[in-house]
Amino acid sequence: MQEYLLHLADNALILGHRLSEWCGHGPALEIDMAMTNISLDLIGQARNLYAYAAELEGQGKTEDDLAYLRDVNGFRNVLLVEQPNGDFAQTIARSFFYDSYNYFYQKALCESHDKQLAAIAEKSLKEVAYHLRWSSEWAIRLGDGTEESKQKMQAAIDDLWSFRGELLTPAAYEIEAAKAGYGVNPLEIKEEVEKKLQEILLEATLDLPADGWMHSGGKTGRHSEHLGFILAEMQFLQRAYPDSTW
Amino acid sequence: MSHQVELEERFQARIDAEQKIEPKDWMPDAYRKTLVRQISQHAHSEIVGMLPEGNWITRAPSLRRKVALLAKVQDEAGHGLYLYAAAETLGVSRDELYDELHTGKAKYSSIFNYPTLSWADIGAVGWLVDGAAIMNQVPLCKCSFGPYARAMVRVCKEESFHQRQGFEIMMTLSHGSPAQKQMAQDALNRWWWPSLMMFGPNDDASPHSAQSMKWKIKRYSNDDLRQKFVDVMVEQAEVLELTIPDPDIKWNEERGHYDFGEINWEEFHNIIRGNGPCNKERLAARKDAWDQGLWVREAATAYAAKRKKKAS
Repeated sequence: MQEYLLHLADNALILGHRLSEWCGHGPALEIDMAMTNISLDLIGQARNLYAYAAELEGQGKTEDDLAYLRDVNGFRNVLLVEQPNGDFAQTIARSFFYDSYNYFYQKALCESHDKQLAAIAEKSLKEVAYHLRWSSEWAIRLGDGTEESKQKMQAAIDDLWSFRGELLTPAAYEIEAAKAGYGVNPLEIKEEVEKKLQEILLEATLDLPADGWMHSGGKTGRHSEHLGFILAEMQFLQRAYPDSTW
Repeated sequence: MSHQVELEERFQARIDAEQKIEPKDWMPDAYRKTLVRQISQHAHSEIVGMLPEGNWITRAPSLRRKVALLAKVQDEAGHGLYLYAAAETLGVSRDELYDELHTGKAKYSSIFNYPTLSWADIGAVGWLVDGAAIMNQVPLCKCSFGPYARAMVRVCKEESFHQRQGFEIMMTLSHGSPAQKQMAQDALNRWWWPSLMMFGPNDDASPHSAQSMKWKIKRYSNDDLRQKFVDVMVEQAEVLELTIPDPDIKWNEERGHYDFGEINWEEFHNIIRGNGPCNKERLAARKDAWDQGLWVREAATAYAAKRKKKAS
């Protein structure tokens, strides 16, 4: 269960981290604030999950031990969420792919037999429903906006497409979690996720890329080069001044 | 008596009677100009002020601190929004005001041209810079111009929360390991004098003050507010067990205030002229965000127009 919880928490933390990089640099004040909001939600979700994982692990561990004192190969987030922000279209494509998956995932997770996990999912679902609405609306706006925005949005969808596969391919700990009744096997939600995706891309007047080869590895700790830099930045103080209280 | 003089007298009488001036009321051009300058400068300060603190979001040392800092910087964006909206009631658009910021015509608070070099700077900025901002801003809640006064009520509530947060970061560091305490002292050393400069030039060198006081845009003089700040901060620094980097700080029984040393006004004017450590970076960051966001804003406008056309 530990690895499963870390997977959920790491997804939220790393995407939250990426979105927080926009803070102060967004294309408009309102968009800046929305991205910070979503980042706050995601980091909040990660905290709940880390706190739970730390509690299960015992040994007096805290949420910060899990976030700040693991190295790249200990992280279980999907490769999609660690991809750089790129331009705003790339940020939207990344969020939209993640949110359209995460929404149905959290919905299914509300049925978890583990009461604590179900409660966390229930709280997250409300937030994630907003995230999905926000990223869908922007995908549509950019897709069906100007020629330039359409071209950028399509390029972003095409670029990140190969990171989608990992979301819907279960890792061993997800299969185990689903079997034991506390977690979700992403295959269970695949149909809904793909339907949502097609529906939004259609409305955005964007082309659905052909399903080709898909990246994988994040879920089992084999990451892209980006995660090392994210962690180097994020963990710097905890590493430079070990055992301090902040 | 000419019509203009009569209008001005009536206007001043309303101000003297502590009545609020609202956007549709008659007001002297100079009053409007002063307010646009002050409110936009204030709004720009909130937006540029997001940058030095935003600099530490990805490096915050715990998840709790990260979330608090993110929320704080987001509050500043919100303050910017209220203030731009208040300025808009005077007939200038946010885009026009941005343009003045980006071309260097409009100013923002010079304090944000200093770098945030360590995590303790996030504490020091909250404690000192927000502390000074509150001293300046609380009187603005009673400013004669209604929309500005109302915006400031909301801003001040959040600012005092930020200041407590900053103080708490400083407290944690100054009572932490020797390295953390050193980090906190170093931050105080660098932020103390610039914070005193936030109150503006000495009263005898403050060109706009008298008129602003008469219009009740400003309620207290720069030097009075600065003194109030020093009096509060000296005592807070004692609680923190940190040393204010001014050997001249001493209680003056006769005045009932702390004396303090001479401010380096040359540094102040130099930074206003654009020569601070981060002037170029701060402005470039804002300008880049705006320029690179142009296609996004254009797309949103184009999409909204398409929707409207479809609906009609």
